[in-house]
Amino acid sequence: MLKKIGFKLTLGVGIITVLIIGVYAYVNIRSQNEVLLAEVERHANQLSETIKKGTRFDMLANRREHLYNIINTIGEEPSIQEIRVFNKLGEIIYSTREEDIGKMLDKKAESCYACHTADKPLERLSINERTRIYRHHPDSSRVLGIINPIYNESSCWEADCHAHSEEQAVLGVLDITMSLKDADKQIQRSEINIVIFTIIAIIGISLIIGFLVKKWVDNPVEEMVRATQHIASGNLHYNIKSQRDDELGLLAKSFNIMTQKLAEARLQLFQSDKMASLGRLAAGVAHEINNPLTGVLTYSSFLLKRTEGNQEFQEDLKVIVREAKRSREIVKSLLDFARQSVPKKNKADISRIIDNSISVVENQLSINNIQVEKKYDKNLPLIELDSNQLQQVFVNLLVNASDAIGKEGGTIVISTSLIQLSPIGVIHIKKALCPKGHNLMDNEIKIAGKPSIKLKIAMGNSKDMIFLDPVYGENRHHYDFHFKNNDNIQFLCPTCDRSLIKENQKCPKCGSNIYSLDIPSQGNFEGCTNVSCNWQQWEEIDKEGKKDYLEIKVIDTGCGISQENSSKIFDPFFSTKGQKGTGLGLAVTWGIIDNHDGTIKVESEIGKGTVFTIRLPIQQNRVS
Amino acid sequence: MSKKYNILAIDDEQVIIDSIVKLCSAEGWQVDSASDAILGLKKLERKNYDLIICDIMMPDMDGFQFLEETQSKNIRTPVIITTGYSTVENAVKSMNSGAIDYLAKPFSVEELISIVQRGLNYGKIMEASSNLSISMMHFIPCPAKYYRFGYSTWVNVEADGSLKIGVTDLFLRTINNISQIELFNPEEEIIQGNVYARIETNDQLIHSILSPITGKIIRQNQSILSDFNLLQKDPYFKGWMYTIIPSDLEYELNHLTPCSSDRL
Repeated sequence: MLKKIGFKLTLGVGIITVLIIGVYAYVNIRSQNEVLLAEVERHANQLSETIKKGTRFDMLANRREHLYNIINTIGEEPSIQEIRVFNKLGEIIYSTREEDIGKMLDKKAESCYACHTADKPLERLSINERTRIYRHHPDSSRVLGIINPIYNESSCWEADCHAHSEEQAVLGVLDITMSLKDADKQIQRSEINIVIFTIIAIIGISLIIGFLVKKWVDNPVEEMVRATQHIASGNLHYNIKSQRDDELGLLAKSFNIMTQKLAEARLQLFQSDKMASLGRLAAGVAHEINNPLTGVLTYSSFLLKRTEGNQEFQEDLKVIVREAKRSREIVKSLLDFARQSVPKKNKADISRIIDNSISVVENQLSINNIQVEKKYDKNLPLIELDSNQLQQVFVNLLVNASDAIGKEGGTIVISTSLIQLSPIGVIHIKKALCPKGHNLMDNEIKIAGKPSIKLKIAMGNSKDMIFLDPVYGENRHHYDFHFKNNDNIQFLCPTCDRSLIKENQKCPKCGSNIYSLDIPSQGNFEGCTNVSCNWQQWEEIDKEGKKDYLEIKVIDTGCGISQENSSKIFDPFFSTKGQKGTGLGLAVTWGIIDNHDGTIKVESEIGKGTVFTIRLPIQQNRVS
Repeated sequence: MSKKYNILAIDDEQVIIDSIVKLCSAEGWQVDSASDAILGLKKLERKNYDLIICDIMMPDMDGFQFLEETQSKNIRTPVIITTGYSTVENAVKSMNSGAIDYLAKPFSVEELISIVQRGLNYGKIMEASSNLSISMMHFIPCPAKYYRFGYSTWVNVEADGSLKIGVTDLFLRTINNISQIELFNPEEEIIQGNVYARIETNDQLIHSILSPITGKIIRQNQSILSDFNLLQKDPYFKGWMYTIIPSDLEYELNHLTPCSSDRL
């Protein structure tokens, strides 16, 4: 759960949301606070000005009662805590709180220090300097106090009472304290609002992210994981059914293509392995069986000869001889299967080989009412192949097609064409040398049936072997050590320990070192030492571009092959013809095409027909 | 068959030796045996045989090595190679290595008897012809520009690229009078080292003849079917058997012997 992308993403976005909203809320509350305080301050100032101006006349007339009444009436306002008037000595002349009247204030007290800190009283103060915010007790609400000095004017010293002399600048101070309870409440409310908003935003964003991640990431990734498990358990025909066109969709598509290629490669590999071991087995069995069978055949045929005239014996012995001869034929077909080793190649015209094959089975085809349609490409070059073996292939395919069509009649189309395939995944290295000329090929470890390239690996103090895939661009290397991507990895010749690392050149894909192998008469083969990088380059081959292949299709309108059977038809001894077939025809066909470095594949639809596609390289690999 | 022949059978399988001994004894031939090629060579040092039947796959020394040994020791006794690994390649290789004939296992009585009969006759003819000049030989060797496969069949490349093939005079002299010839039909494929014709002789033997070359039959010589004499009198020209289109002449010529080499 904690490691899930969705959770991490939600957590990350949540933290960012909290930060953004937090900063926003802090700035917002602060400015709101300031605006509110300024408003209260302005209000208090205005109020004190109003009182000062409202009582001016009473002061001049020295009507104290009247003055106190005005102050009292205004002081009844609930937001106003106290209104006080001091004289220049700090004595409270009047206060809305009666008990304070007559008290002397220390000039260092709260309401005085604005002017009196520097000992000498200041005479003009800005509004901010006249304001103070404080608490009476730590748990009481905040109060705002504002002092308003009452300045001396000519009317003051000219008044009848002669209370003030002309020299005085400030006659006294009007001090109003107002409660900030309402303002504080408002600030607190907006703080709570912002917190609630933040929580709702985080929950909302998390839910949306969770949902989207589930939909766009989790589900496709789960599907992909399921697919890899299927592949790992051997089901290479599992396909991811994803129609998405985002990156994961692309990954799924590329995954599907990879598994399909893997399945094809496995089939080919599986077939060559099976053929090779079966060939050896067949040869051994044939040899072993033929000896005892000779005993059976010679003795029985000898007895048959000696018992001429004895009807009863003759009948039984004839059965033994007949069946021994039948066994001989079976063993012979086994041997024919086992011995397709090295093709005897010569330049030959594929059209003529196909024509020869057609003429061999002509009788069977005309009996079954089968039309053969030839669609030959007339500009095909001559190609190096074993005509006999290839003829065997086409006769086989034609007989199969004819059997599939049956007596109802139908059509067989044979087409030939020239196609081009990219060298990547097709061309393979047959010989590789170290700079000193030591052979690097290893016949013991084969990859996809081909000898691998054996190199020594040195990483720090540890040494090991790596077996590189000889097929250009396939990268199915064999190694059983942990590969760290580091620059100190060395690729060495296993014979002389000479480094194969190419100086002053780095992999254009990942920047690691690259190794270089000498391929006799085919330039240099280069690859990345970071095995997971897959970068390879074979300039000589790349220069030649795509290679020409001969493609031959044999298409019939027969009964078709079921999906289940089509994966087995190249297996030796697999036959759907019952007693009629040995099950070796297509196995032999496969072996022959494989020996010509070609490929054969089958596509079929039940009831519609079957297509066999053979691809043969036109130009043989120059190094053998 | 009054005269006793000495045949040496070399095989590591007792049942094969037993069969050969039994069948040949019934024909009046005397068979000696060896369970491996080295033992066989030792026996050859002490005794002369008229014919050797040798298996290919044996421990220590195989049939081909045995053939080499006999040739290097200048042993002239004809060798018939037999094997359970009865592939065309083995047949071709045997003939190419100096064996006079090739017998695939498992074989029937008729197959063994006819091949041994031919082998013995071949030995007799060769012995009688040795130290004689070509013109004095007891058989007519094939024309110089022909190729032969073993001693029994020949191939000639015609001007149009097709091939004529047939049997040699020497082969015809190893068999009795022909009573029937069985040929394959045009359009059929014949393969080098596989049977391409059968000749039945008046001693009730059926002789299977191995094809010298691979190809498709385009014509068979009808006239030899009606007139066996034609074959026996002129085996190299009028007595041809098939005209064929070769499928891989260049390669298969390596396994044939130019008849010109017999005339040195």
